[in-house]
Amino acid sequence: MKQKTVSLASGNGGAENRDLIEKVFFKHLGNEILARGEDASIVELKADGGCNVAFTTDSFTISPIFFSGGDIGKISVCGTCNDLAMMGANPKYLTLGVIIEEGFNVRDLEKIVRSIKKELEINGAIVVAGDTKVVPKGSVDKIFINTSGIGEPLVDGISASNLSEGDLIVVSRDIARHGASIFASREGIELENTIDSDCASLFPMVEAILNAGIKPVAMRDATRGGVSAVLNEWAVASDVCIEIEEAKVPVSQEVRGICEMLGFEPMSLANEGTFLLAVKKEDATKVVEILKNFEQNKDATIIGKVTSEYKKRVVLLSDWGTKRFLELPTGELLPRIC
Amino acid sequence: MALELKNLYDDFRDAKTIKALAKLIEEEATKLDRDINIMEVCGGHTHTIMKYGLKQLMPNNIHFIHGPGCPVCVMPKERIDHAFVLAMQEDVILCTLGDMIKVPGSRGSLQDARANGADVRFVYSPLDVLKVAIENPDKKVIFFAIGFETTTPMTAALLEHTIKKELDNIYFHINHVTVPEVMQELIDSRDEHVDSYNNQIDAFIGPSHVSVISGAKIYSKFANQYKRPVAVSGFEPVDVMEGVLMIVRQFVQNRCELEIQYKRSVTMDGNLNAQKLIDRYFEKRGLFKWRGLGNVPNSALKLKDEYSKYDTEVIYSDILPKEEIEDHKLCICGDILRGMATPNECQVFGTACKPSSPLGSCMVSSEGACSAYYKYGSLL
Repeated sequence: MKQKTVSLASGNGGAENRDLIEKVFFKHLGNEILARGEDASIVELKADGGCNVAFTTDSFTISPIFFSGGDIGKISVCGTCNDLAMMGANPKYLTLGVIIEEGFNVRDLEKIVRSIKKELEINGAIVVAGDTKVVPKGSVDKIFINTSGIGEPLVDGISASNLSEGDLIVVSRDIARHGASIFASREGIELENTIDSDCASLFPMVEAILNAGIKPVAMRDATRGGVSAVLNEWAVASDVCIEIEEAKVPVSQEVRGICEMLGFEPMSLANEGTFLLAVKKEDATKVVEILKNFEQNKDATIIGKVTSEYKKRVVLLSDWGTKRFLELPTGELLPRIC
Repeated sequence: MALELKNLYDDFRDAKTIKALAKLIEEEATKLDRDINIMEVCGGHTHTIMKYGLKQLMPNNIHFIHGPGCPVCVMPKERIDHAFVLAMQEDVILCTLGDMIKVPGSRGSLQDARANGADVRFVYSPLDVLKVAIENPDKKVIFFAIGFETTTPMTAALLEHTIKKELDNIYFHINHVTVPEVMQELIDSRDEHVDSYNNQIDAFIGPSHVSVISGAKIYSKFANQYKRPVAVSGFEPVDVMEGVLMIVRQFVQNRCELEIQYKRSVTMDGNLNAQKLIDRYFEKRGLFKWRGLGNVPNSALKLKDEYSKYDTEVIYSDILPKEEIEDHKLCICGDILRGMATPNECQVFGTACKPSSPLGSCMVSSEGACSAYYKYGSLL
């Protein structure tokens, strides 16, 4: 790597982040399973392949730790369980590692642990191993949490590299709520109607889709890097072009307002309970219907399709007949100034 | 009142209106007997043209030249090095606006400075610096001020508050630049040895936000003296399309005028209070170097002498680097800004010069021409 020190941009979920992972971590630790680049890895515990589990890990360093629509406890369960759910797996067992800054309020800690419990119940998962460290003031920002999880794959073959021409792209709800909500609270922007983060567990929705006998081609929650990161990863992994009709992508008025003010693209902002699905054409309407049965997913809709026009690229189509590429977000998320 | 910004932009992104304007431009353009190169001076316009794909809606004889109107892109390495050195001082918090922290100088970007331990913060508004200063009384808080006429009054307001509140830990590094002078430079620039080496700019889309402050009057000489039609336009796609239509009609009807498309905020005289505020604290610099264009006379502002105790260029003059840094030899940003070359004619385009490691101004931010060509390449 040319870069000598790690910059914040290396953790943005976009191009720099991928660069750091490839040039440092994959270089030394790469293997066939890691190389698949899925949200969770499907691993075999027995040589005969008789015991497959989905396995993943995620760390949570969010600031502020309590935000509109959730807290660091909720998000640390959602994040890991959602990664499992996106592989069509049923989240079962989690580990919980907590690093706490000296002086942290015990009542706050209990609040966080209660959120963890509540969210575990939604997923039907339990914590089976844990670790607690306390570090001197200033060593971490209040509290950092890591969770790892294993789940039982309910179907196989869901993969970012399986998209093919004709598949349709579905989004589960309006996008960019988490990123917009965190930015608004961090920057002290006061809104009449606060934007709640979309932070939520996705397994119930995935379960409903699988129970209807539908096997999605790919699923991914649009966390860091947002919708544009997911679509770009799919386009590259499957060597296809993804065409999105921009006007069909649901964005709430409040979120659009924040993005206008700060110069962000909703497509690049993080979500914590919003996912994208690539599905066979004949399954798309049914998938949207199932998603809409969940209250927060009333805006679920088909937003685009897989083609072969510009391979490995994502194209946004405007209502007035022009197109542009949707880029993988780069750099730190900064507001444009003019 | 609830946040209802949508009223401010929905109508100006209406698909039917955009299509109708595209048709009108197409019809008018058939009456032209030559190609027209329109420079959109401001990076905000470039952004709109790229984001909404407006170039794809233009007939073959209408071309855009992407101008130097992005204050981040045109900041020369020398000035970024100043910011870097200031930020690395132990007792300093350096504040600046948005994108600025990404742009590399010769010692690295402000982002790099931060990774090396400097306290660099971005603010949404210069007035946010007050809060930083009050919360950190034992630190020197330096505002690295950038931007065109649009942001200058806010910097002046910050200085006014600093004086009124008797805060003794806020300092300034002023890099405010002005639009008309650089437009003039682009038109005036000639190479004495090569006849064809003249600018190719036939008309301007004028930056509306600048004009809200300075008034549209600052562009009148371009229509009157330099015979370049100007349409001062807003930043939404409908605004830009209407601005183009106004310009094309001027050519068809053989007129050359200063017209205001962005009537919802721009007047001929602008905001006189803001102009007064600027005049109270700032004066013209003799020369200011623009990345890609070199020294442009009278194109920037500095603090007046009586405010030198706030001026880091005075206070830190011993440690601020003074050596000139040449623009990269192979970089042709200057030609691109004058409309004489397109990005893909540059030898280092996409190879040595990329958005992640820009050599020249046009690759620096998403509003630069090269960066746009790099990103949108085959769709342009």
